[in-house]
Amino acid sequence: MSSDTPPSHHHWSWRSQAFRGIVYQVLAVVAIVAVVWFLAHNTLVNMRVRGIQSGFDFLSQAAGFDIGESLYPFDSEQPYWQAFLVGVTNTLRVAIVGIILSTVLGTLLGIGRFSRNALVRGVCLSYVEAFRNIPVLLQLLMWYVILTEVLPSADVAWQVGDFFLSKGGLNYPIPVWAAGQLWAAFGLLAGVALVLLYRRWAKRQFEATGQLRSAFWVPVLILVACSLAGWALGGAPTELNRPVKGDFAIENGGALTPEFLAVLIGLTLYTASFIAEVVRGGIASVPRGQGEAASALGLSQQQEMRLVMLPQALRVIIPPLTNQYLNLTKNSSLAVAIGYPDVVSIANTALNQTGRAVECISLVMLVYLITSLGTSLLMGWYNSRAAIKER
Amino acid sequence: MTSTTFQPIAPRPAPVNSEGPLAWIKSNLLADWKTSLGTFVIGGLLLWLLPQAIHWALISASWSPHYEVCHAEGVGACWGVISEKYRIILFGRYPYEEQWRPLIATILLTGLLVVSCMRSFWKAWLPLLWLAVLAVFFALMYGKVFGLTQVDTDRWGGLPLTILLSSLSLVLCFPIALLVALGRRSKLPAIRSFCTIYVELIRGVPLISVLFMASFMFPLFMPQGTQIDVLVRVLVGITLFAAAYMAEVIRGGLQAIPKGQVEAAATLGLSYWQTQRMIVLPQALAMVVPGIMNNFISTFKDTSLVTIVSLYELTGALKLGVNSDANWRPYIIEGYFFIALIYFVFCFSMSRYSRWVEKQVNKSKLR
Repeated sequence: MSSDTPPSHHHWSWRSQAFRGIVYQVLAVVAIVAVVWFLAHNTLVNMRVRGIQSGFDFLSQAAGFDIGESLYPFDSEQPYWQAFLVGVTNTLRVAIVGIILSTVLGTLLGIGRFSRNALVRGVCLSYVEAFRNIPVLLQLLMWYVILTEVLPSADVAWQVGDFFLSKGGLNYPIPVWAAGQLWAAFGLLAGVALVLLYRRWAKRQFEATGQLRSAFWVPVLILVACSLAGWALGGAPTELNRPVKGDFAIENGGALTPEFLAVLIGLTLYTASFIAEVVRGGIASVPRGQGEAASALGLSQQQEMRLVMLPQALRVIIPPLTNQYLNLTKNSSLAVAIGYPDVVSIANTALNQTGRAVECISLVMLVYLITSLGTSLLMGWYNSRAAIKER
Repeated sequence: MTSTTFQPIAPRPAPVNSEGPLAWIKSNLLADWKTSLGTFVIGGLLLWLLPQAIHWALISASWSPHYEVCHAEGVGACWGVISEKYRIILFGRYPYEEQWRPLIATILLTGLLVVSCMRSFWKAWLPLLWLAVLAVFFALMYGKVFGLTQVDTDRWGGLPLTILLSSLSLVLCFPIALLVALGRRSKLPAIRSFCTIYVELIRGVPLISVLFMASFMFPLFMPQGTQIDVLVRVLVGITLFAAAYMAEVIRGGLQAIPKGQVEAAATLGLSYWQTQRMIVLPQALAMVVPGIMNNFISTFKDTSLVTIVSLYELTGALKLGVNSDANWRPYIIEGYFFIALIYFVFCFSMSRYSRWVEKQVNKSKLR
């Protein structure tokens, strides 16, 4: 190795790093292909021996089982793919509502950790420690027992106005569908457009005069006024479908089943404790001087939080917050333990009926992969908006 | 000329006491009207709720292991369910007279976990100790040696199973996670993409689907005629799952190592594996001990999911013991509180430990 010429670029010897790199990669690919082939081959042999059919053709057959709750009508005559669709909508329903509620609760708890009131700090801390350190499955099971055994039965349900809470779940009045509701929706849309216009105007005003316009109350007022106007324009329908106590159950009105409530409450309270820590970490990461500078400029405490602390904290908060949203969505799969018909529990039923384990489990995994990917993309987009704008 | 006579100015008020309990109360509870209002609202709520909770849980509670007492009117919590069923909750379906074996095995394994957390024990012989203790654990649990009767794995349950599944999956997932983390930072595209796909696939799906896969699909994957124990299948599932998360934690540590360290190692003529083994990994792993600990906490909590694929760890054993007994069934909520307390004690002490380690790690960075 004492030649004066530098080694040629394509010097294929065992000692060259590039060559070894290729060898390693070929070995890895061969090993992985071999393992996959081994597993697939075994699976095929096993399925043939046990007489298990394969393929996704079962999706178009009649499901043959009923689903306790669904957003749109479903009966056992309908095919499996529609049952899966019901499961997916049920999963999304609990995940989306849970994400919204746990974000609100978690943010409040996280900010509460910085309160000047020692009691508030103590309550927030104990909440976080208690809910974080108990498995979420255990919490779901506990809520389910509380909702189905501790609550009174339907004939002696707790009642507040037209709201009933009993072993049968939560019953609430729903408006009877009329043109007014449609108009209210249109009004709301118009309100959103107005709010966007208002915000542009407020921003221009701020840049021109330095005067800060209300960024919360005025938009809320616009939204409420517009939807009320639309509702009034549509004839102001006031008819409500009120729940009434029956002999065995509460009839009419809208209802949330105990299964849904247990999953929702359990996931929300559990995830909120994690979000609280995320928010706390984010706020703690903003240098103290920023807050002090804000109050030196005469900003009120709320303004300090909203205009100085939170925008900076958000950059630290958003990535771990995304993880918590994904966790909540994935944890909603535990609904199978208490019989809420989410996608996992429907896949489980389908699996037991048809025996097509590979297909059902891959469908479930596919659904979650797509949801995870969608959430990540959405939050990534939001993150890029909140990130520091650099040249 | 007016003569100025000496006129003492009024003394300034003494500085406000800023120490002591009274000052603390003033600044933390009654600083201004908002704080005071909060104090009164929350304090009032606590004063209203806490006595009720204490009355339910302690004063009017029944501790006797007779369900008739609990059926009586006006009785609070019925802790008798625990004094009656604690053995089935803690040890599942393990044969009653043999339950001293899982007891000793659990104490051994827990003791080993505690020892592994202490820095002075991070020596080369610690892995050997792990092997030894695991061997004793399995010998005790499974039997068939030293004249112990054989107890099949499908009868294992309760706390030993929870601790076994979580600690064994931690130990097993570690080498996989290490390789995957290194692979994700490798310059070789094929290896890098395999590792990335593995991590993203596993992290994108819930543990429960991995467990379903373990219980329904693993038997199909195996050559015909091979039977794998359900405990092993579930363990493989949890390990594969935990490894993906652990790999991300380790990758975070690897990223935190300054590039100059690797370059310096290359200058010294160290090979890739020498660099990783002697320069990068020792620093990276020490840095991520808190992360590993947090990962272990979530795995510990996640083992409760195996109850869905019919293994009787703590949660499953509780349902097994109480749900099947119509007399005690109404008091399962007390049972849930009991195992929630067990989980809380374990997880809370682990998270405190992880905070402490974090402080220790950061201490070296202070100058």
